[in-house]
Amino acid sequence: MQDMLARNPGMPLTPEWFEGVQVNLSATERRVASLTTRRTVKKEWQAAWLLQAIRCIDLTTLAGDDTAGRVARLCAKARQPVRADLLAALDVGPITVGAVCVYPTMVPHAVRALQDSGIPVASVATGFPAGLTPLPLRLAEITYAVEQGADEIDIVITREHVLTGNWQGLYDEISAMRAACREAHMKAILGTGDLRTLTNVYRASMVAMQAGADFIKTSTGKEDVNATLPVSLTMVRVLRDYRDLTGHRVGFKPAGGLKTAKDAMAWLILIKEELGTRWMQPDLFRIGASSLLGDIERQLEHHLTGRYSAAHRHALA
Amino acid sequence: MPAIKDIMKTMDYGPAPEANDEVRAWLAAQPEVIGHYIGGTFLVPEGAPIEVINPATDAPLAQIAAGTGAEVDAAVAAARAAFPAWSALPGHARARYLYALARHVQKRERFLSVLESMDNGKTIRETRDIDIPLVARHFYHHAGWADLVESEFPGHVPLGVCGQVIPWNFPLLMLAWKVAPALAAGNTVVLKPADLTPLSAHAFAESCGEVGLPAGVLNIVHGGAETGAKICGHPGVDKVAFTGSTEVGRTIRRQIAGSGKKLSLELGGKSPFIVFEDADLDGAVEGVVDAIWFNQGEVCCAGSRVLVQEGVAERFFTKLRARLQTLRVGDPLDKTMDMGAIVSRKQLARIDGLLEQAKAEGATLWRAEVALPEKGAFSAPGFFTGAEPAATVSQVEIFGPVAVTHTFRTAEEAVALANNSRYGLAASVWSENLSRAVEVAAKLKAGVVWINETNVFDAGATFGGYRESGFGREGGREGMLEYLVPKWENADRPARPAPQSRPDASPHPAAPGANAKPGIDITVKLYIGGKQVRPDGGQSYSVTGAAGTVIGQAGIGNRKDIRNAVEAAQKAGGWSNLTGHNRAQVLYFLAENLDQRRAEFAALLEACTGDAGDEVELTIRRAFRYAAWADKFDGAIHATKTRNVTLAVPEPFGVMGIVCPDEAPLLSMMSLILPAAAMGNRVVAIAAQDHPLIAARLYQVLETSDIPGGVINLITGPSAPLAKTLAEHDDVAALWYCGTAEGVRMVEEASAGNLKPVWADGRLRDWADPVQGEGETYLRGATQVKTIWLPYGE
Repeated sequence: MQDMLARNPGMPLTPEWFEGVQVNLSATERRVASLTTRRTVKKEWQAAWLLQAIRCIDLTTLAGDDTAGRVARLCAKARQPVRADLLAALDVGPITVGAVCVYPTMVPHAVRALQDSGIPVASVATGFPAGLTPLPLRLAEITYAVEQGADEIDIVITREHVLTGNWQGLYDEISAMRAACREAHMKAILGTGDLRTLTNVYRASMVAMQAGADFIKTSTGKEDVNATLPVSLTMVRVLRDYRDLTGHRVGFKPAGGLKTAKDAMAWLILIKEELGTRWMQPDLFRIGASSLLGDIERQLEHHLTGRYSAAHRHALA
Repeated sequence: MPAIKDIMKTMDYGPAPEANDEVRAWLAAQPEVIGHYIGGTFLVPEGAPIEVINPATDAPLAQIAAGTGAEVDAAVAAARAAFPAWSALPGHARARYLYALARHVQKRERFLSVLESMDNGKTIRETRDIDIPLVARHFYHHAGWADLVESEFPGHVPLGVCGQVIPWNFPLLMLAWKVAPALAAGNTVVLKPADLTPLSAHAFAESCGEVGLPAGVLNIVHGGAETGAKICGHPGVDKVAFTGSTEVGRTIRRQIAGSGKKLSLELGGKSPFIVFEDADLDGAVEGVVDAIWFNQGEVCCAGSRVLVQEGVAERFFTKLRARLQTLRVGDPLDKTMDMGAIVSRKQLARIDGLLEQAKAEGATLWRAEVALPEKGAFSAPGFFTGAEPAATVSQVEIFGPVAVTHTFRTAEEAVALANNSRYGLAASVWSENLSRAVEVAAKLKAGVVWINETNVFDAGATFGGYRESGFGREGGREGMLEYLVPKWENADRPARPAPQSRPDASPHPAAPGANAKPGIDITVKLYIGGKQVRPDGGQSYSVTGAAGTVIGQAGIGNRKDIRNAVEAAQKAGGWSNLTGHNRAQVLYFLAENLDQRRAEFAALLEACTGDAGDEVELTIRRAFRYAAWADKFDGAIHATKTRNVTLAVPEPFGVMGIVCPDEAPLLSMMSLILPAAAMGNRVVAIAAQDHPLIAARLYQVLETSDIPGGVINLITGPSAPLAKTLAEHDDVAALWYCGTAEGVRMVEEASAGNLKPVWADGRLRDWADPVQGEGETYLRGATQVKTIWLPYGE
């Protein structure tokens, strides 16, 4: 479907790429306010975009009461996110979500449930969500998840390093995590709600990429404020700058707060406008969400029947 | 239609058309030729029909007709007839009508958005999200002013019948900007929409009927430039308001010179968009999108000169080129379009001509690689690099979606480049260093300065230009004042007689009894740049006193003296940068020194006019009064948007010309000079022709009062030719004229060169009366409001 991209190898910490950068909040808000009023997709295009959004979902369960059974049900939904009759009516072949995202101890259950599906298992790690356990333990947690078969690791950064401007500390930490990930792809969660300013978001994003992140991700879903369009716009602009400076394409994952089909369209429009169509594929774009899929299913059914759909007509995740 | 699985490969946007069935049905229901709205009814027009075209499809939409002289007469008569009752209504009653109009615009928002898009070619995104919401906002805001007019503008009355001519780029919004304040203040209106885009005004007229607006309060006459000229020139019109090109503004200025009509002009621009190296560059790139690729670049305040600091210029232009490629141009009713059609093929040809000329002059044009629709007047967005400030395209308004770009090294150079223009409508400054951004905003010659944003509007924030971008303000309190006049100024005062003296250099025979006991002969001079100088022509004229005898000689200033005085005033810019407190100190000191020479001035006035009365005392008080005002005529902070400080800063014009009358020669001269100087202007004053010795005595006081050289320059001599030179002078930013009715006509006409605002009065003023002789009217006349938008938040 598309060319395989080389992994971001990372590079030495280069503060001059981010230290002088300032992001203006009002200007950022103004751009996002008109993104979805300047663009929209209707009819067949809307259906296609909704299906594409599903392909980019990291179907997620990150709850204290997760069990093997819960994870198995989620994985089943990941294999067949849309009712087969709907897909047939849309004249689209089978699709799956982008990945299933779980806690490290749930990885073995997910691996088992997704066997031969081609769907990657993603695990959060490194003392998720606060990331304040000792670094050796965090690295060990990555190693554990990788050894259990996780294909992708969603690490969290130490927000303190950003808030105090300790870029070297941040860089060293993420580099060590990247090394611990080995072949697994690393998504660096910035916890943007904790970073407060868009300038901090910009700088942390750039450091994470210099340290070798394969994806940068907004939030754990556990902060007070999770993925917002202004934060996402800031992050995709860093992706663009990094691509221009190094030639490497790094992925983007908004997480937390994307609940409706309309949200998914807004983020896809953002990606298309700021990064281009190539970045709308699941190797470069994921949406971390648990309830989004249900709304998209209802919209797809509405597209086909012209009637508004109901949640109970679609399988539970 | 492509299959869904194929769309998933391309991830294209599909078509997203806005339905226009209702608008098409409405158009189909219109008569063959749409009538003028006069006296509350649509009249079958008499003039030649004009076809109204949808510029995006080339399809005809409707026909209007060019309003004839008889139709303009009828419209003015209807407005005149409606004026007494409308202006006599309590403000609250007018507020209810304006409120109803605001509501009706909202209720028809989608309809008006679609209609406006079809008529003008602009995108439905903009009409829906910008034009029409701002129209409603404008009527709401002015419903408020109507309610407050009695309490907020005491001593003011409406002008009468307003003739308003509006452009095609924001048809309904410009109607709102004109009509709402006029009606709120109690005026009645004859409005001419642009003949390219008359349809939303026609729909609005229908709404006026729906809300029961009294017949004749708003009249709409369609047509082109000729009809517009008939309205502006109509003797029954008391106020002319025009938005459009500087050339037409100039023509109107000349046309109505001396008519007594109040005039406000919103004209062209070549507004700078300044990007500093510490700006949020991605934010600034989007700023350019809002600046020049908004409304197809058909925006008077478009940021059409992009100035980028050299260190980031290449990166910025690279980002800008990339952004250019994501713009979508096409069917304006498609909800995914950034740009629609240019308003007409004629306008498109004009744009193309300028682009070709620029390329021939060596500039490089970067343009979006978009497939333009086969039909319609479409223009791909773009920008030039390598067009130096000397290039034509860097100076003239393209009024299309193409900017020129320059680089600069320092903030000083940015300001110098930005101000290197005849225009002064708007500016945009991008920097994350607020100290720098605010300093630059203060130095820019522009009526609106946006910091880290651009093309943001609100009914409560005044909008209007410096220099040849026009004068007068729209929106907010200042906008209301364009449609009101102080009661005394509007009253039927006696005409001012012409000066009695003839300033010629020939010797006058001594009258009997004169020079019986000669003292030392006094040589009276001009006062320029803080120095007493002989008139350039080396000539003096004899001054006759009240007793009919020659009481001295005064210099005959000529045009070179005016030139020298203006140059001296230009160099005295430090005065404008002093604090109000500093200026107050100087004016208090001036009052002190006048007080010490009270007897001497009284005697001189006695000799000159025969009646000193309490003129000296009043003059001293007035100096005190303006010293008091010097640090108190504050601006405002407007409530516009959240997280935004919108400042209204009254700024001095710079160099003002003042032509003084003969009545109460000391008091009138100082009543004019003092407020101008108190606000920070430097003044070139032409003294009373009949009583020049007052000026001569006055400069001795000025010299001892620490008034910096060049701040007040006094020229004596023949008033009319000196006034004409002053009115024509392109480096004089504003003119106050108190003289004859013929002189009013002459200076108003002569001012058309640089379109300086002129406050001219051919009638006698009672200078001793504080209502007529002093106060905020003078302070407002000595300042122009700069609106600075400052969004904040990290």
